[in-house]
Amino acid sequence: MKSTLRRALSGTPSRVAAVAVAASLAMAGCSSDTKDDASSTAGAGSGKAIDLVGFAVIQSAYEDLGKGFAQTDAGKGTSIKGSYGASGAQSRAVIAGQKADVVALSLTPDVNNIVDAGLVAKDWAGDANKGIVSDSVVVLAVRKGNPKGIKSWDDIIKPGVGIVTADPGTSGSAKWNLLAAYSQALGANNDKAAAEDYLGKFVKNVVSWNDSGRTATDAFVKGTGDVLISYENEAIAARASGVDLDYVVPDTTFLIENPAAVTTTASQQAKDFLDYVRSDAGQQVLISHGFRSVSGVKPNGDVQGANDPANPFPTPTKVYTVDELGGWSTVNDELFDKENGLVTKLRG
Amino acid sequence: MTLLSELDRVTPPPARRGRRPGAVTGGAGLGLGVGVLWLTLLVLLPIAAIVSTAFDDGIAGFWDAITDPEARSAITFTIGAAALVTVVNAVMGTLIAWVLVRDSFPGKRVVEVIIDIPFALPTIVAGLVLITLYGPSGPFGINLVGTRAGVVLALLFVTLPFVVRSVQPVLIDADREVEQAAASLGASGFTTFRRVILPTVLPAVVSGAGLSFARALGEFGSVILISANLIGKTQVSSSYILKMIESAEPVAAASVATLLLGLAVVVLVLLDVVQRRTARRD
Amino acid sequence: MTDTLTRQTTTAPAAPPRRRRRTTRTAWVLRLIALAYILALVALPVASVVQHTFADGLGPVLDVLRSPDFLAALRLTLEVAGIAVLLNTIFGVGMALLLTRYRFPGRRLMSAVIDLPVSISPVVVGVALILVYGTYGWFGPALERAGFQIIFAVPGMVLATVLVSLPLVLREVVPTLEEAGLEQEQAAQSLGANAWQRFRRITLPTIRWALAYGVALSLARSLGEFGAVRVVSGSVAGTSQTLTLYVNDSYQEFGPDAQRQAFAAAFVLMAIAVSLIVVIAALRPDQEKS
Repeated sequence: MKSTLRRALSGTPSRVAAVAVAASLAMAGCSSDTKDDASSTAGAGSGKAIDLVGFAVIQSAYEDLGKGFAQTDAGKGTSIKGSYGASGAQSRAVIAGQKADVVALSLTPDVNNIVDAGLVAKDWAGDANKGIVSDSVVVLAVRKGNPKGIKSWDDIIKPGVGIVTADPGTSGSAKWNLLAAYSQALGANNDKAAAEDYLGKFVKNVVSWNDSGRTATDAFVKGTGDVLISYENEAIAARASGVDLDYVVPDTTFLIENPAAVTTTASQQAKDFLDYVRSDAGQQVLISHGFRSVSGVKPNGDVQGANDPANPFPTPTKVYTVDELGGWSTVNDELFDKENGLVTKLRG
Repeated sequence: MTLLSELDRVTPPPARRGRRPGAVTGGAGLGLGVGVLWLTLLVLLPIAAIVSTAFDDGIAGFWDAITDPEARSAITFTIGAAALVTVVNAVMGTLIAWVLVRDSFPGKRVVEVIIDIPFALPTIVAGLVLITLYGPSGPFGINLVGTRAGVVLALLFVTLPFVVRSVQPVLIDADREVEQAAASLGASGFTTFRRVILPTVLPAVVSGAGLSFARALGEFGSVILISANLIGKTQVSSSYILKMIESAEPVAAASVATLLLGLAVVVLVLLDVVQRRTARRD
Repeated sequence: MTDTLTRQTTTAPAAPPRRRRRTTRTAWVLRLIALAYILALVALPVASVVQHTFADGLGPVLDVLRSPDFLAALRLTLEVAGIAVLLNTIFGVGMALLLTRYRFPGRRLMSAVIDLPVSISPVVVGVALILVYGTYGWFGPALERAGFQIIFAVPGMVLATVLVSLPLVLREVVPTLEEAGLEQEQAAQSLGANAWQRFRRITLPTIRWALAYGVALSLARSLGEFGAVRVVSGSVAGTSQTLTLYVNDSYQEFGPDAQRQAFAAAFVLMAIAVSLIVVIAALRPDQEKS
């Protein structure tokens, strides 16, 4: 073959160039065809589909919300088309062009990033709850029967305890977990050295940093580690669906606030859907999936999967909030900055 | 690369029938132009984008990215697991090929089909398949989820056919009489294997093993479920790359991707060399 | 992935002349090891998935197979794989003709480039596409201004699938074309047949079995692609979720329903894969005859 190569004759560059132009035109036509195919299949499935881009653990709750909404006057004939994954990754996917009418993410900065890209209106957080649609708290999920006797934050930094958490690089859940661990160690004295020391031990005990809150749960359920740090709603949902685990709501924990917003291209139905999520009926659906209501709606029935289904949401002694720590921009700089954040340094 | 060697093998240049392959003219030129453009848009530009993104922050940025502790552990684990899998495949693949060629037993045809399953089975299904049997609710009480052994198992699964399918035809073509002669001259089974069979099949073993190494380096779908993606333990390079691109760290993703790409190219080039050497000897 | 499958076609595994002889003890041991290995690694796990899928009988499985999300995923998978196989068939046959019939500079390099995508990680393939065609990629912004969305849309998924199965048709067709030579075509040409007639009457019949084999291989690969598609798809249920993504996403959901969805879809993919193997196996001897 080498000899044939040597015999090879050269092509004519101008012809190749002409062909290239012609072919790229053909390509363009081709790709537009496939795009049309895509939108037609998307439309064919259901009358009015609302594209939802959500964080990892909300799928079953939002599917029920979609069903509930479809039974209201505003939501007749609509359906939810959801994509679920790590909050940060989902946020970036929307910025990178994934179609979305409603975004429901784990934490506010993930929505703000979409605002910065011009895809969500700046005043998205203008309602009474500042754009938040569901609350939860950080809990410690343990193996059935709690064999390691984990009751508090101090128990999980003991040597030999394997911690499973999501990774703050992609996941919102992870940021809540680390904020909870950090803030409870800060304590009333705002002791930053103690908090840093605690977080160092915490990071050392982590056996699994997962992409998302859900993959972390999955890793834990499949046998990794001794304690899973997660959303209360995630622990409740897992138990409700028959997963074998217990969970502890620590005395001191952190308030998780999940925002949702409509995008600038959202349909009226999408806006109505978000209103429904915020309504008492919508909050009730979220409660049944283990979320705490953002607007103070009380459960109107047992919450399956909770430690005490009749009293599903115990009040911890102290619940820190992100505002107490100085707001998102402060904690993002101090803890999660990719160069100098405390978590980055401790993990390095 | 294999294609290249195939071209070499099946193209006996002097004894070609009919017209010699000619210069590119007319319609062929058009076809070639379209082909080149298609390849450029589809393969060359994306690969160039990976390499160029890897060096967006200069050589130092690339170096930082691949020496980041998390990246380093993912890379070393991936390479180590791929190497282990390659060795196991070389041994087991040759053994299985020998059994399939020289042995006959009822159900051999079924085994032939089973061997191909890992090739045709979607990788994510392969992961699910393994987790069903070797996961927390498996019947044997073995839970390999989140263990390095689990990852190796998944890699062994998806690379099973490589060596088998590459050695099989060589064994079929091999001259049985030489073996029989060796045996009749009093050579033990092992000596016959070492002195007669092994030299014949070795190039095929190497090429099958090389392909399974390349495949194992880049494997993703079959591994993610069983690995539980534990950082510093069972996270493979592909998962790391995905996580970095989802964390908006394209340089980190592209750097590790470039490293994998480079390794794959090196393996393929080496294989090509081995195959051409063998072809020449024939 | 299919390099070895390819090699099988060029040196097809004809059964060795069967000679009756006593099975020695070594042979027994080897047979036992080989079978145990295959059993533990492939056969048992595959069987246990089948068993797991139908643990609650046929009804729940059929329910999954009738659910809108599954059907949408199936449709999308067929659509993406169909377009990808079509593109790769056209490209593969065309390029095979060029590579075997003509000599041009960079021919060897071109072959190597065609082979590269199947040898690298599918995740790398997906990331590479994002870096070029994504919103912040080289061409993404221009394409978006022109109204084309590639990444997070079907075109991106098609491109990813095309890439991971790029050389499969070509590699099957090239050896057959080499073998066949050009005499017949030249004869046809001298009798006044035009290029299309020559292709249809002579080339196509010559390569048909190799082509069918290559198409079957591409189809298997395209239907099952996960990693590359995972990177470039938003995985929206009912819209951009292929069957493999459906398996993955369902598997990560809690509860018996979600597990059933994952296993039912996995079973369907597995059934398709096994039937394709059987088809491929059936094509092999035919190819030898031609």
